[in-house]
Amino acid sequence: MAKKKKSYLLLPFVVGFIGALVFGWGLFPKMLFSEKQQPFWFSHISHVEVVGMDCYDCHYYYEDGSFSGIPTTEECSACHMDVMFDDPDEIIFVEQYVWEEKEVPWLIYQKQPDNVYFSHIAHEMYDCQTCHPAVETAEAWPKYYENRLTKYSRDTMKMWECERCHAETGTSNACYVCHK
Amino acid sequence: MAIYKLKEFKIKWGMVIDLDKCTGCGACMISCQAENNMAPMPDATDKLYSMTWMLVYRLSNGKPFPDHDIAYLPRPCVQCGNPNCVPVCPVIATTKDEEGGIVSQISPRCIGCRYCMAACPYRARYFNWHDPVWPQGMEKTLTPFTSTRPRGVVEKCHYCHHRFKAAKEKARYDGRDPNKLDEDDYTTACAQNCPTGAITFGDLMNPEHKVAKLAKSPYAFRLLERLGTDPQLYYMSKREWVRRQGDNYLEHEPTKGV
Ligand code: SF4
Ligand code: SF4
Repeated sequence: MAKKKKSYLLLPFVVGFIGALVFGWGLFPKMLFSEKQQPFWFSHISHVEVVGMDCYDCHYYYEDGSFSGIPTTEECSACHMDVMFDDPDEIIFVEQYVWEEKEVPWLIYQKQPDNVYFSHIAHEMYDCQTCHPAVETAEAWPKYYENRLTKYSRDTMKMWECERCHAETGTSNACYVCHK
Repeated sequence: MAIYKLKEFKIKWGMVIDLDKCTGCGACMISCQAENNMAPMPDATDKLYSMTWMLVYRLSNGKPFPDHDIAYLPRPCVQCGNPNCVPVCPVIATTKDEEGGIVSQISPRCIGCRYCMAACPYRARYFNWHDPVWPQGMEKTLTPFTSTRPRGVVEKCHYCHHRFKAAKEKARYDGRDPNKLDEDDYTTACAQNCPTGAITFGDLMNPEHKVAKLAKSPYAFRLLERLGTDPQLYYMSKREWVRRQGDNYLEHEPTKGV
């Protein structure tokens, strides 16, 4: 009798524990992040392999050493003044952005908060994919998850990741190396 | 005596301010506020609430006419070699740990306890009592280089640290060593905009930089030097009474300098 009573006593704890695990590992991350869609598909492959462009044609350094990042609509319209290939994504780009003179609101997987400083040229010796998803070989956009509370991308590099690499390579981890 | 272990730096960004050249015009204060994204103050005459990382003080020799004389003393954060503000911070929001010796202030980390403000003997730190508000249209003057600070945190001068980073990026682009910057690569907004050229900026450890020479001038002195804070900011004046106000001298003590 006494034994049976004990197991009943434990039951709510076991159920609670499993429930907490399911909530913590399964449900909470789903609730915290919402999946977002990029405005339209852009193929790096067709620009590099078909048109024969170089990465640096769009992603280059300015003379002051700062990085250009994503090209502006104006830069793209050097070629895409009009629809050239009758591709549904190109039609969206040309009609909704080039002709409207609007910038494309791309979702940036690694966008950092305002108080973080990052110098691309100081990290030039690393492959882009060390930090960025490999979009240059992708056939579709990687999934973009936005944190509902902070509005940051789930894949934004965390401070401990920056610090770990700095520590491993003997680079300073002083606050002002990465903050402004 | 330092409470915590001080770092040795090969580069020490510093300033020499010639108080005989300063006219007290306040261009340094304004350039600092514009450069570092400060919102216009609701009442800038209210010194309890105004944010002035760079502040110009008026000194007087206290004598009646015709011997009366005044001087103006611009005071940013003096970037102490032995900063009092750093060891008191409970959350390590302020440190002196980067090559160059600039004392950092990470406002998102600051909990607003204001211990550092009490500790700083130069009153170089400011507390955000209010959220910054930019009147409509003026938000266009904001730059991406300095992060804005919200209500409830402390801020202070950082020698336009973003310009230091920009100078290193440019050096990398040109294929130069980012740790061997020239004098012209990096300067602060106040030094750049001072109309009389009273502020000289550079590396105190590099004998080729003007500041290194000026800091050794017999007319050079540092504020409250005998506290042992070892500031990276020097003043100079040929007027003895100005130098004498830079520290707490006993009556019989001679003033530092010639
Ligand atoms: S006010 Fe901020 S920076 Fe100053 S001691 Fe407190 S937490 Fe540190
Ligand atoms: S002047 Fe004040 S704020 Fe600046 S380093 Fe010295 S103690 Fe800290």
